[in-house]
Amino acid sequence: MQYLNAFWVGGMLCVIAQILINKTKLTPARILTTYVVSGVILGGFGVYKPLAEYAGAGATVPLTGFGYLIAKGTKTAIEQLGLMGAFTGGLTATAGGIAAAIFFALLIALIFKPKDKT
Amino acid sequence: MSSKLTPDEYSEIAKKAEHKSSTVKDCIMAFLVGGFICTIGEALISLYMRGGMARDVASTLSSITLIFIAALLTGLHAFDNIAKYAGAGTLVPITGFSNSMAAPALDFKSEGFILGLGVKMFSIAGPVIVYGISAGIIYGIIIYLFKLY
Repeated sequence: MQYLNAFWVGGMLCVIAQILINKTKLTPARILTTYVVSGVILGGFGVYKPLAEYAGAGATVPLTGFGYLIAKGTKTAIEQLGLMGAFTGGLTATAGGIAAAIFFALLIALIFKPKDKT
Repeated sequence: MSSKLTPDEYSEIAKKAEHKSSTVKDCIMAFLVGGFICTIGEALISLYMRGGMARDVASTLSSITLIFIAALLTGLHAFDNIAKYAGAGTLVPITGFSNSMAAPALDFKSEGFILGLGVKMFSIAGPVIVYGISAGIIYGIIIYLFKLY
C-alpha cells in the first residue's frame, strides 16, 4: 500500500509540473525553484507533513519535499538554538542531498566525456 | 455558421487538438515515470530501514542514492533520452535536481574546471538553493518572532 501511495502522489506532483510546463512555458529552472519554495510554504503551514506521512517517498522525493525538509529542519533548529536556528536549520536538514548532488556532479563531469556537439 | 472550413481554420483546429492530446500524453508519461521514481525511492527507504536505519536517515540516503543514479545516467547520456519522454516525470523528483547539476558540469568542463564546470554546475541548482534557503530563513524568523514553534 505504501508503494501505491508513493506512486500516485509522486506521479501527481509531476503531472502538476507538466501542466505548468505545457500551458505556461515555464522553464525547468523556474519549475524547480517554484517547487522548492512551495514546499517551504506548505511545510511551514503544516500542510505537507500529513502528505509526507501518507505518501512517504512520493512526497519527499519530488522537489517540494526538499522545501518541506528545509521548513522542518528550520523549525527543529529553532527549538534547539533559538533565532540562530533560522539560519542553520534549512541547510543542515538538506546537507546530505546538496552535498551529494555537488560531489556526484563533479565526479561524473570528471569521469565522463561530454556529448559531441556535431 | 458555414460548414466549410478554410485551410487556415482547419490547421488551427488541428493544431489545437494536437496540442491538447500531446498535453494529455505528456501528463500520462510524467505521472508514470515520476510515480515510478518515487516508488523506487520508497523501496530504497524500506531497504535501508530493514538495515536498521531510522526513517529520516533512510529517507536522506534514499534521496542520495537517486541523486547518484541520476548523475550516472547523465554521464552515460541516458538521462536526456528518458527525460525527452518523461518531461516533468524526471524533472520534479530529486533526479531532476541532480541532472541539472551534472549535465552542465559535464558539458562545460571544456571551458575550465573553475569557470566552466564549477560555475555552470549551479546555473539551475543555484536559484533553487538561493530561494529555497531564503524562504526557509524567512519562515524561521517569523515562527521565532511569533513563538510558533
